[in-house]
Amino acid sequence: MSIVNIKINGKDHQPEIGENILKYALDQGIHIPNLCYDSRLTPSGACRMCIVQIEGRPGVHTACTMTAAEGLSIITDNKEIRALRKSTLELILSEHKTNCTSCDREGACQLQDYAYEYGAAEDKFPSIAATGDSGNYTAEGIAIGYDVEKCIRCMRCVKICAEVQHCEALTFQGRSGEVLVTTPFNMLLTDSSCEMCGQCLDTCPTGALYEKSALGKGRVRSLKKTRTTCLYCGVGCQLDLNVHRESGKLVKVTGETGIIPNDGNTCVKGRFGFDFIHREERLTTPLIREGDAFREADWEEALELVARRFSEIKKESGSDSLAGLSSAKSGNEDNYIMQKFVRSVLGTNNVDHCARLCHASTVAGLARAFGSGAMTNSIDELENTPLIFVIGSNTTECHPVMGIKIRKAVAEGRTKLIVADPRRISLTDIAHLHMQQKPGSDVALINAMMYTILDEKLSDEKFIKERTENFEVFIEAVKNCPPEFAEKVSGVKAEDIRKAARMYASAESASIVYSMGITQHTTGTDNVLSLANLAMLTGNVGKPYSGVNPLRGQNNVQGACDMGALPNVYPGYQKVVEPEIHKKFEKGWNAKLSDKVGLTVVEIMEGARKKEVRGLYVVGENPVLSDPDSNEVFEGLKNLDFLVVQDLFLTETAELADVVLPACSFAERDGTFTNTERRVQKYRRAVNAPGISKPDWEIICSIANKMGAPWAYFDVSEIMKEIASLTPIYGGISYGRIDDVGLQWPCTGTDHPGTKVLHQGKFARGLGKFHPVNFLAQKELPDHEYPLILTTGRMLQHWHTGTMTRKSKVLDEIVPIGYLEINPADAGKLGIEKGEEVSVSSRRGRIRVGVNITEKMAEGVVFLTFHFKESPANALTIAALDPLAKIPEFKACAVKVGKLSR
Amino acid sequence: MITTIDLEPVNKILAQIELSEKLTNGKIKPAYLIPLLQDIQDEYGYLPRKVLEHVSTISGIPLSRIFGVITFYEQFYMEPQGKHTIKCCRGTACHVKNGQKISDTISEILGIAEGETTEDGLFTFETVACLGTCFLAPVVMIDDQYFGNLTNSEITKIINKYSPKGDMP
Ligand code: SF4
Ligand code: SF4
Ligand code: SF4
Ligand code: FES
Ligand code: FES
Repeated sequence: MSIVNIKINGKDHQPEIGENILKYALDQGIHIPNLCYDSRLTPSGACRMCIVQIEGRPGVHTACTMTAAEGLSIITDNKEIRALRKSTLELILSEHKTNCTSCDREGACQLQDYAYEYGAAEDKFPSIAATGDSGNYTAEGIAIGYDVEKCIRCMRCVKICAEVQHCEALTFQGRSGEVLVTTPFNMLLTDSSCEMCGQCLDTCPTGALYEKSALGKGRVRSLKKTRTTCLYCGVGCQLDLNVHRESGKLVKVTGETGIIPNDGNTCVKGRFGFDFIHREERLTTPLIREGDAFREADWEEALELVARRFSEIKKESGSDSLAGLSSAKSGNEDNYIMQKFVRSVLGTNNVDHCARLCHASTVAGLARAFGSGAMTNSIDELENTPLIFVIGSNTTECHPVMGIKIRKAVAEGRTKLIVADPRRISLTDIAHLHMQQKPGSDVALINAMMYTILDEKLSDEKFIKERTENFEVFIEAVKNCPPEFAEKVSGVKAEDIRKAARMYASAESASIVYSMGITQHTTGTDNVLSLANLAMLTGNVGKPYSGVNPLRGQNNVQGACDMGALPNVYPGYQKVVEPEIHKKFEKGWNAKLSDKVGLTVVEIMEGARKKEVRGLYVVGENPVLSDPDSNEVFEGLKNLDFLVVQDLFLTETAELADVVLPACSFAERDGTFTNTERRVQKYRRAVNAPGISKPDWEIICSIANKMGAPWAYFDVSEIMKEIASLTPIYGGISYGRIDDVGLQWPCTGTDHPGTKVLHQGKFARGLGKFHPVNFLAQKELPDHEYPLILTTGRMLQHWHTGTMTRKSKVLDEIVPIGYLEINPADAGKLGIEKGEEVSVSSRRGRIRVGVNITEKMAEGVVFLTFHFKESPANALTIAALDPLAKIPEFKACAVKVGKLSR
Repeated sequence: MITTIDLEPVNKILAQIELSEKLTNGKIKPAYLIPLLQDIQDEYGYLPRKVLEHVSTISGIPLSRIFGVITFYEQFYMEPQGKHTIKCCRGTACHVKNGQKISDTISEILGIAEGETTEDGLFTFETVACLGTCFLAPVVMIDDQYFGNLTNSEITKIINKYSPKGDMP
C-alpha cells in the first residue's frame, strides 16, 4: 500500500491511497458530523452532514464518498460549512418527530447531538414527519420495533441488512417525502428473510429502530456498558452488555464497530440470548439431596460434604474411581483449576469435557498431520480467501458472524465457494458448487477429489517434497477411490467431484472450513486426516488465506482443550505419558500425579454403569441431553455413588445429583475465553451474581482446600500467570496484554505478538505427515427396518441443550419447539403432512416430534436438532466411537419415521 | 374477489428471458428486474404477490428489492386494476379551480375511495400531483384521454359514457 500526502485543515496527513477520507479523519480524532455513515457499509452520501470544502474546487463535497489522493487539501469546518450543515439538519428535523423527552435514545442519538452542536431549530421548516398511525412491519412482531416518526431515511438499516448480514429483509418503500423502511409487503420480520441479528438496530443513528424489550428500561446515562466476550459460539464476538446502574439488570446488548473479531456485528443469540442471566430459576444456593428431594444448604456444609465423599471414595477404591467433567462454556481459568484439581487432588487423569463430543477428532487428526489441532488461520482472512471449501459446517447458523464474512467475500466477488453438505444450507444458495453427499461418505468424497488432483497433475510437487512426509504410502489409498466409486457411495456426481477438485487445486490459495459434519463420525479422525491430506497435496496450508480451519463450537472449547481438560494432556497439549512433562507438572503443582491416560466422557459414563467410576464432579455440562444414547447415560449417572453438579440451573443432569453447587454466569465474573481462531479474550463482570453463587474456580479451589491442597489465588489474573508459566503456547499471555484486543496463541513470550497463521515455513511437528485413509462405511447403515439416516445438529436460534437459549424470550418466541426435517418424497411415501407429529425411532430409543417437510433434505436423510428436551435427539443416536478420538457418531444413525396411531 | 393465481404465464415469461440477462448460475441479473416486472404486469394486469414471490425464488432477486422497486415507480400496481383508470389531478392549478370537488364527485359516483377499484372491475380511481395540462384545470384523465375545464355535471356524464350502457368501449 502506498501512502499519499494530504492536508486536513492545513495540517499534513499521510493516509493510504484510496482510503476513505471520513473514516481516516474520524480515526485521527478529527470531528466531522455524519448520519448515514457506518464503516461497515459502502458510503451512500445520503445525509450530507459530512460536507467539507476542497481547496481549488468550488462548492462542498461529502467526505464519506471521497478517497485519499495525492495533494488533496480539505477544510472540515468553517462558517459556511456550518451554515450548510445547520440547514441540512433543519430539513432532516422537519421529517423527524422530535420527541427527545420520551425517547430511549436520548443522550445516544447522533441527530440530537448534532442539532445541539449546530443550534438547529426543529421548527425552521414545516413538519412533514410521517405519522406512525397506520402501524408498520414491526407492529405485531417480536424483538425489534420501528418508529417511522423518528426515521431520518439514512438507509443504514437497509444497507447493513444487505451488505453486512446479506439477508436483504429490509427495503425503502415509496419515494420522495413518503419514503419509509419496511419489509416486502410489510410482512413480519420473522416471516421475511430476516435472521434477527439486530445489526439494523445497532446502526440506526436515531431512536427509529429499538429493542422492544428495552423500551422505557433506561437511557444512556442510566446504562453502564461492559465489554465482554459472547458466551455462545466459538467466534468469540465482543459484545457490550448495557446494564442499568440502579436496577443492575441487563437492558440490551450492543456492539462496537472496528473491534476484532466481529466489527460490531452479532447474531441473534449474542443480541437477544442473555435473558437467562436474570431468570428466577437460577440456582442461588447449594443444594443437598435428601431422599427424593433437595434441601438448601450453606457453602460450608455443601463443600464439607463434597470433600469428605470424594476423599472417602478415593481411599476406598482408588483415585481412578473418581472423574471430573469440565466445561467448554466456562473460562480458561476455571478449566485450568478443574483439571489441576482432578489431577493433583483427586489424583487421576479422568478429566474430559464436551470437546470429546465435537472436535476430539480434530485434535487427534490435526495433531497427527500437522502437530497442532487448531484452526490454522484467522477469522478475518476468510474475507479475502480466493477459494473456500466448506464441508460439514452450517456456518451461517452455527458460527453466524463467521458466516456473514463468507457471504460478504462471495457477494463481493473475492471468493469462490464450494459447499459439501448433506443438507441444503443457506451457504449452498450462494455456492459456486454444492455437493450434497450422503452422511458418512466424506472420506470417499475427499479421496476422489485427491484422485482427480493426482490424475490431472494438479498437486504441488514442491510443497510435498519440501514440507511433508509419507506421501508414497498415502497415494496407495487414494488410488482405490476414483470419482466414479465415490459417486456410488456419496451420491455426488463424479463430474462434480472432479470440478470441485480442479477448483480447489487451481485456486491461488484455498481454505478448508469444517465443523461437526466432519468430526462427529466413527470415522471422524479419518475425515480430518483426509482434509489435512487434501490441503498438503495442493500446498494449501501454512500461509495466509490458506489452511485447514475447524470451527470450534462452544465459546471456550478451544480454551478448555488448551487448558488440558482432556484425559491425555496437561495444559498446552503436553502429554501426561511423557516422563519429562509429567515431572514438570509434579514440580509445578507440588503434587504426585498419575502418568496413566484417563477416561473420556463416553468411557466415564460406561465406567459409571459398570461401577468402576463411583464419584463424578460435573462442572457446567448437561450430559443427559448432550451425550449420545441418553438412556444409557442416565443409567450411568444414577448408578454413581456420589454425583456433584455445578451449574447455573437445575439441569436434567443436576436433578440426579447428590450435591448441586450454584455457579455464577459469565456476566457475573471475570475471566478469559479462547475463541476458535486461538484468540484469548476477556469476559468481564457486568451484573451481580444471584444469591450466594460463586465463580467455578473459586468453588473448586475451596473443595481443593478442604481436601488438603493449600491453593490460594487472589483473582483470575493470578491463575493466568500460573497457566503462562507452565504452558509454552500461552507463555506470553497476561491480563495486562489482552485488555483491548485478545492475543492469538502460540504466544510464547511477553514480547511475542501472537500468531495469526500456524505452520508458516514449518509445521508444528516438523514435516507435515500424509496418512493413508481408506473409506469405511458408518457404523449403522440404513436397512429394511430402519430405512432412513438421521443426522443431528444445531440451529441459529438455539444452543445445545437449550438451558440458556430457551430461557430467552426472543429466541423462544422465534423457535419454541424442535421439529424433524424430512424430504417431501420421504414424507409423501409415509403419508405425513406438514406439522404432523410423528414418531422417530432407532434401535436405542423412540421420540415424538412435529415434522417440517423441506427440500433442504436429500431423500433418505432426516435431521433433528438436540436443543429440545421434548424431542431429545440423543435418545436415538448411537454411542459408536471413533477408535482414535473416541468421538461418538452423532451425524449418522439409522432410524424409522412413523405415523402416530390414534 | 379471491382468485387463484396461475403461475403458468409468469413461468413462460421467465423461460423466455435471454441468456444475456442471466448470471452464470442461471439466476437473473437484477438490472433486468424492471422490464421483467413490466412484462408480468402486462400479462396479469397487476403484480400479484404470489407471482412476485415466485419470481424472487426463481430469479434470486430478493423480494425486498422487488418490493422497493414496485413502490418506487408509479407504473406498477399491486392490486388488480379496473378496465379504465381515472386519474384526477390534485395539483395546485386544479386545486385552485375546485379540483377537490371533482375528485369528491368521482368518489361518490363510483362508490370507492382514491386508490381503489370498483367491485365490477370497471374503474380504478387515482389522484396524481399534476397532469401537466394546467391550462385545462381542473383536469381528469381517463385511460389516455384528457378532459379539461370540468364541472361536476360534466364529469358525471363522462363517467356514464364509460359505463357498460354508455357508448365508450
Ligand atoms: S435483524 Fe438483521 S437480518 Fe433482520 S432486518 Fe435487521 S439487519 Fe436485517
Ligand atoms: S430506521 Fe434508522 S437506520 Fe433505518 S433509515 Fe431510519 S433512521 Fe436510518
Ligand atoms: S456469532 Fe457466535 S460469538 Fe458471535 S454473537 Fe453469535 S453466538 Fe455469539
Ligand atoms: S455521512 Fe456522508 S453523506 Fe451522510
Ligand atoms: S395542476 Fe392539475 S394539471 Fe397541473
